[in-house]
Amino acid sequence: MATAALPLAFLAVFFAWPLVAIFRRSLVVDGALDVPVDVLTASSTWDVAWFTLWQATVSTILTLVAGLPFAWALARFSFPGRSMVEALVLVPFVLPTIVVATAFIALLPDGVERSVWAILLAHVFFNVAVVVRVVGAFWAGLDERLWDAAATLGAGPLERWRRLTLPLLAPALASAASIVFLFCFTSFGVIVVLGGVRYSTLETEIYNQAVRLFDLRTAAALALIQLAAVVAVVVVSGVLERRLGGARRRGRAAPRPTGRRAGVVAAVVALSLGLLVLPPLALVVRSLQVGSGYGTDHFAALFDATPALLVTPWHAVLNSLLFATVAAAIALAVGVPAAISVARGSRGLDALLMLPLGASAAMLGFGFLLAFADPPLDLRSSLAIVPLAQALVATPFVVRSLVPALRARDERLPEAAAVLGATPAQVRREIELPLLARPLAVAAGLAFAVALGEFGATVFVVRADWPTLPVAIFRFLGRPGADNVGTAMALCVVLMALVTVVALVSQRAVRHGSR
Amino acid sequence: MTLALEGIDVVLGGERILADVSLEVPSGERLALLGPSGSGKSTLLRVVAGLQQPSAGRVLAGGRDVTGVPAHRRGIGLVFQDPALFPHRNVAENVGFGPKVAGLPRADRDARVAEALALVGLSGTEKRDVTTLSGGEAQRVALARALAPRPATLLLDEPLGSLDAPLRLRLQEDLRALFERLALTVVHVTHDVGEAFALGDRIAILRAGRIAQAATPDELWAHPADEWVARFLGMRNVERDGDRATVVRPEAVRVRPGDGATVVASERDGAVVRLRVRRDDGVELEALSVGSAPAAGDRVSVEIDPAGVVEVPVRDSTGRG
Repeated sequence: MATAALPLAFLAVFFAWPLVAIFRRSLVVDGALDVPVDVLTASSTWDVAWFTLWQATVSTILTLVAGLPFAWALARFSFPGRSMVEALVLVPFVLPTIVVATAFIALLPDGVERSVWAILLAHVFFNVAVVVRVVGAFWAGLDERLWDAAATLGAGPLERWRRLTLPLLAPALASAASIVFLFCFTSFGVIVVLGGVRYSTLETEIYNQAVRLFDLRTAAALALIQLAAVVAVVVVSGVLERRLGGARRRGRAAPRPTGRRAGVVAAVVALSLGLLVLPPLALVVRSLQVGSGYGTDHFAALFDATPALLVTPWHAVLNSLLFATVAAAIALAVGVPAAISVARGSRGLDALLMLPLGASAAMLGFGFLLAFADPPLDLRSSLAIVPLAQALVATPFVVRSLVPALRARDERLPEAAAVLGATPAQVRREIELPLLARPLAVAAGLAFAVALGEFGATVFVVRADWPTLPVAIFRFLGRPGADNVGTAMALCVVLMALVTVVALVSQRAVRHGSR
Repeated sequence: MTLALEGIDVVLGGERILADVSLEVPSGERLALLGPSGSGKSTLLRVVAGLQQPSAGRVLAGGRDVTGVPAHRRGIGLVFQDPALFPHRNVAENVGFGPKVAGLPRADRDARVAEALALVGLSGTEKRDVTTLSGGEAQRVALARALAPRPATLLLDEPLGSLDAPLRLRLQEDLRALFERLALTVVHVTHDVGEAFALGDRIAILRAGRIAQAATPDELWAHPADEWVARFLGMRNVERDGDRATVVRPEAVRVRPGDGATVVASERDGAVVRLRVRRDDGVELEALSVGSAPAAGDRVSVEIDPAGVVEVPVRDSTGRG
């Protein structure tokens, strides 16, 4: 298929080739096969692997526990301001990981701020949106009358929960749990910031070995383990979902909660919202804290030279905007034809395009580091390598957001236009493009936001004299002193504001423009 | 504009959807294309509109071969089964779409929109968002949209199919009046026998991709071409005997109080009552009665008007005798 050619070529060069480079680095020494047995059997490796698995499992369970009441309240009831609450829920999910991690440093008291608890809490905060969206949408689609029927058949509240709610929600729960697990398993920014030197996962250990210790062979071996683990998670979750997959039913409009339920719903929503708002709020407060008072000193410091970076922090902001613009353009150029192919039914390409998403950012960045260090593709000193890596991470988001819109396209609308006398060019201009303008704007905004906040891959390939915003934040956090932390907080606020503005603009701009 | 189809074949995915369909629709005629679902009615309509290229055969419009002409240059209107309104445009922009792409100036366009909306009884809805329209309103807007470019020929693909019964009947009457007023050539696809009789000057019956019969409603009712057509039209008094069948039209069965038969069922269907009677010789017949009708269990006499009896062939779906 011709439309799939560009995405396939892009994946071959910027995804498959780096993977090959990782394989070669870990398995080949001087042209001969040499399995890195020492790394694979080292107890330190297995400690890291165990912690990776443990924190991902605990994070997933905690996220489900925290997200289910919220999903229930949003799915089963209508109340004033519900749509606003639904939008707010998504905020943590679009926040860059480095911002989430820094927000927890701002929120948690000294001593706890860099601990396993901080990691788990940040993961819950970050992923609660997945549970609310995936389980909530499914829950809202279930027919209310099923519960009424169970009640008239004599099932009490507990019985209904055990025999009806849980089995009915099983497919959505499995689906949400596997997504959350994958995100936590490959989490980079949160662990590298909040784990300090004590806690590291496969993902962060790849970074430690490759960038801090220059042990590329060990890093590559760890990347292999990571790859195998991710593939296993994806396969298991796929099987799980297929086995649990049930028919979805259309529900009726959600009722207003009444009586004691109204109190419970209000409490759940208020508590959940509070927890969602608290970390970003703490971040803003801390960014304005100067000594024992308040002021904008940390923001003013963004324009000053600093020993933490080779340029002023403000330059990092501009760099990020530039890189993200280029990355979004690449992601759209690759993602749009890919989405068209996928919408036409190319399932193979669909799976292929999702690979970079599961392959984890640090692995991609490390792969870039290895693959593009030698001719014919020596991009080490090229600035292009940063937006390319970011585009690779952003492309799956573009495809995912475009495919439903493309699939929902009503074939008869272009036909209706044709029988009314519209030429093919007019059909494209008057019907197809306006109908796609909104999903395209959303995809572009998403790609831009993802690129803006991308950290795991960028930190491997970024040039010291061209830091991005997340990398600059990371550098400031790595230095001692309240002022450095303050600057990091201020940069986080800037990044958070940028991402929010991009999200709002891409959602709103076209809604009015297309009418 | 006279419309003619000559030997149309459509093969899709190895399946022959239409087989050697030839049909003529004289200018100003309203043809109902009737057939069960899957008989190829919609495909035939798409061939006429230019949305589906036939594998073989020709489409003629006003004597001109338009087989290779794309849909947007045929000037034939089409109303889909569900309205297929452009969701990003309001009522006026939907209706004005045809005139707009034809390059009509703004003022003429507005006049066309007002005229078309008046025709379907929706004047004043110009600014409405099409997603807020009811099913009946949306279908009327779709009709107005198809009429606005003033096509000489209008194709309708079960335009009333998605509406509930009372609304369907009302729109049916509106459509008939409208088509008579505009003197349009109309091809109207339906699977509903009643709708075909109500709206068609002539009815073409499609069976498994072939024309089983094309005739006026009266001819069709008087002389169904074969046993299948008779049954499809709803005739129940069909007795098969080898490769021939005897059809007794229900209105030719006269039922009076008396002897020789028993009423098995008596169902009121509006003004008429449908009766099933069993003669003492075991033969069951359907009859129609107007006014007061006998009840189930009543003894009656049955008389058959010989003018209402036809002999028809029995044919399988491939059309062989």
